Amino acid sequence: MGHDFAYPPVDFETRPDRYRHWKLSFDGPVATLCMDIDPDGGLWPGKYELKLNSYDLGVDIELADATQRLRFEHPEVKVVLVTGPKDAKVFCAGANIKMLGMAPHAFKVNFCKFTNETRVNLEDAAAHSGQTYVAALSGTASGGGYELALACKEIWLIEDGNAAVSLPEVPLLGVLPGTGGLTRITDKRKIRRDMADVFCTKAEGFRAKEALKHAFIDRAWSRSQWESGSAARAQEIAAATPDKTGPGVPLPALERRETETGWAYRYVTVDFDRANADRVVTLTLSGPTSAPVRDASTWSLQAFRELDDALLRIRVNHLAVGVILVRTRGDAEAILAHEAHVSDNLTSDWFWKEVQLFQARTLRRLDNTAKTLFAILDEGSAFVGTLFELALACDRQYMFADEDGDNRIRLSPANDGPFPMASGITRLAARFPGTPELHTAAVAHKGSIDAEKAEKLGLVTASLDDIDWEDEVRIAVEERVSLSPDALTGMEQNLRFGGAETCETRIYGRLSAWQNWIFQRPNAVGERGALTMYGDPERPIFDYNRT
Amino acid sequence: MSAVDYAERIPNNVNLSNDKRLQRALEHWLPAYLDWWNSVGPQVFQNNEVYLRTAISTEPGGWANFGYVRMPEYRWGIFLTDPEPDRVIPGGDHAGKPVWQEVPGEYRNALKRIIVVQADTEPASVEQQRYLASTAPSLYDARNLFQVNVEEGRHLWAMVYLLHAYFGRDGRDEADELLARRAGDADKPRILDAFNQPCTDWLTFHCFTCFTDRDGKYQLGSLAESAFDPLSRTCRFMLTEEAHHLFVGESGLERIIRRSAQLLRDAPNGDARAVGGIDLPTVQKYINYWFSYSLDLFGAEVSTNAADYFASGLKGRWREAKDFTEHSALNQTRAITHVQSGKLVDVDVPLRNAMNELLRSDYADDCARVVERWNKALEDEGLDSRITLPSTRFHRRQGIYSDSHFTPEGELISAEEWERRKDEWIPSDSDREYVQSLMKPVLEPGKFANYIAPPRRGIHGQTVEFEYVRTDG
Repeated sequence: MGHDFAYPPVDFETRPDRYRHWKLSFDGPVATLCMDIDPDGGLWPGKYELKLNSYDLGVDIELADATQRLRFEHPEVKVVLVTGPKDAKVFCAGANIKMLGMAPHAFKVNFCKFTNETRVNLEDAAAHSGQTYVAALSGTASGGGYELALACKEIWLIEDGNAAVSLPEVPLLGVLPGTGGLTRITDKRKIRRDMADVFCTKAEGFRAKEALKHAFIDRAWSRSQWESGSAARAQEIAAATPDKTGPGVPLPALERRETETGWAYRYVTVDFDRANADRVVTLTLSGPTSAPVRDASTWSLQAFRELDDALLRIRVNHLAVGVILVRTRGDAEAILAHEAHVSDNLTSDWFWKEVQLFQARTLRRLDNTAKTLFAILDEGSAFVGTLFELALACDRQYMFADEDGDNRIRLSPANDGPFPMASGITRLAARFPGTPELHTAAVAHKGSIDAEKAEKLGLVTASLDDIDWEDEVRIAVEERVSLSPDALTGMEQNLRFGGAETCETRIYGRLSAWQNWIFQRPNAVGERGALTMYGDPERPIFDYNRT
Repeated sequence: MSAVDYAERIPNNVNLSNDKRLQRALEHWLPAYLDWWNSVGPQVFQNNEVYLRTAISTEPGGWANFGYVRMPEYRWGIFLTDPEPDRVIPGGDHAGKPVWQEVPGEYRNALKRIIVVQADTEPASVEQQRYLASTAPSLYDARNLFQVNVEEGRHLWAMVYLLHAYFGRDGRDEADELLARRAGDADKPRILDAFNQPCTDWLTFHCFTCFTDRDGKYQLGSLAESAFDPLSRTCRFMLTEEAHHLFVGESGLERIIRRSAQLLRDAPNGDARAVGGIDLPTVQKYINYWFSYSLDLFGAEVSTNAADYFASGLKGRWREAKDFTEHSALNQTRAITHVQSGKLVDVDVPLRNAMNELLRSDYADDCARVVERWNKALEDEGLDSRITLPSTRFHRRQGIYSDSHFTPEGELISAEEWERRKDEWIPSDSDREYVQSLMKPVLEPGKFANYIAPPRRGIHGQTVEFEYVRTDG
């Protein structure tokens, strides 16, 4: 396994005219997202071939881009058909195994996490944006291919005696389906566990008849009925979805420039701490400088798009970073005015609703980032309303207590509903599992709050005056970067997602725990492990002892 | 149906009359099979008596009993070559260990898939050829077609026997599906592409039986080396029948080639078409087409599945037990020519991953020997023209050559050049129209269509003039 393979930095920005693997087409309210993967278009040229419509991170970056653009640029779209090339026997064979075999562990984990976020976002679009994703499988969907289908609201499979859906990871590769497959068949599709067990160990999966019987798919048509059947059903879904008024909003490329200490966008800067061997990075988000406008340059959208891109880059391109210090800057009133503009227009204009949903997704991306997150509420900070969610997403909050009490935080309705975590509850509610009265008090509190009060209300970890501030923060960071990064990742994920589970938390949690454990075990990646041996002339040899 | 009926109705050496499980499976399957035969089997002469060979036992000569029979009354039997005492697994990781008499759970799905894919080709060719008899060039040829058809039907039985006997409910479902798919059907096509192509002329039929059935011979040969003994024994028995199909194709093409040569000698301007024959360049194009199509059936040149099947002993190399001394096929490579940046480059591939290519090349060698025999016929007729076998890279739709274009000699050419010259190499629409225009039935005993020479001798010691199909009903 090529654990030392230093992969080139990944760019998460793209646009439809640059897609190599997807074809996006439109027919009134029905968009078609056709997966037609260029075998030579892998992220690392010459290293592997994307055979049988198998995908890598590059393919998924395009998918993620397409889903964002559909929401913002094509409000007329109500149904998105995710499909493969016409007459292809294989819709998608899942993640490329050769790529997984050579990728460093951290890359594999980040790849899986990103693909999971993309799939959760397909569900988010169906639930909140009136864009229903449908997997129209005119060929076999196996592994990640079927998991992509599982993230859609409906799954249609052609009934031609050949095409099947399957999760062959266990019998063929000795690993688990890594993109929510197991969780979605039980939690989302509510499939009986014994049938799920049969399905997940049967490499060739189920063809239409059997798949339909056990709810692994929703509809099936024969080849001659496929076009008309699927078109009619797509129209049916579209007809049941309300229209949106107002034109689409194009998403231009972000302007990112390199700086001496990192990189910067208009509202977000990323600065590496050279003194800490680049293991600590400061992420600063600045408030608005102009009034809200109905386009992608409006602060509420642009700042969060920049934050999203920054997080992805830090995750995938800067593995050594262990701590992200989250800072804010700007005028509290201006931030709250932008927030109010979004919430005032939620029902009258789909665009502002989309902006808020985008902010919510970005905040969940922050929750899911496997780096220590410390909020630094220093002098000049602006953790108010929506931006206080950034602080709540962090593992700890350090607040500077200035003499005049000018450094203040402020809660708003944004902290009490619109930005749920994956677990379905707000960060504020999740913060006080045993002290609901503190949650109630925080929500009820009107006006801004100084450091001392914030600590008293349990809204920050520590309020520190100018004598202690610098040392305490420095020591906290130095201590943190000395601890085991694996243990920290596990600990942080456990503590961030306390309380009740949802399908979504189970998807991420089980990925982090089970899949990443199995990915490391000799039975998968040892010299004769199943993943190592896949495609090789020899068969795997297992250590049959159960743990 | 009682057990006694089974033994009489279905000749077998699998103890059918005492096997309740098999009986139950067949009770359901047999009527469905007959429905299938009657609806998509031969569309003419179903009620005529045909001089056919029927296998009734595995004794020497028992597999070849000749007599008149109406096809729907044909006794499709279930035969396995007699067990070889102490047979061991020929190749792969388990080489040298005793063969399996039952399916190991670990390989159940893979084995089932292998059997289903092989089985699917058997009814498919019957369906493809169902209209052919209405244009038979002679009663002799019609009879050969029907012999091939009923034996393809029996091969389906052989495979269905394995599914019924060893694969439980899944196996029964798959057996049903084998009768539900149809060659060329838009909704339920046969699994492999070559078996969805229509076969409406006799040049195609003979190419198909010569080249595509020969693929079957090699697939059966690799399954005859299987660790799963019932599969191995079934395939070995099927191979004896397959040999006749290859004879039909090889000799049929030889007769067309010979006839072309004869017509050419007498034809003005050396144009066999002018005197109602099929000219040699057209025959060559059909050979190019069907040879290349049949090569696709062997699967990818570099294949994980092929390596797995060999490693686990599900398949072996051609004559694995007899011709090889080293049976692991590990730490060896095979050079396979790849197209890289517009050039042909040999790449060493681990031998196990190259198993498809190995079998394909054994097959191509066999085809080359056939072509030599045809050329001998041309020589006998005093003609200088020769038939050639195209390169295995030519006109491929599957595998590593399918994205590039090649001349019949295997030279890499551009897509433009291919488009410009393909009518020189594979049948054009007008070639097909011409061949189709010759397809007129000749049903008088001993008479043959103009484009095909009579055979040297008849079937089973009968004369060429023998009434192989009784046309009076």
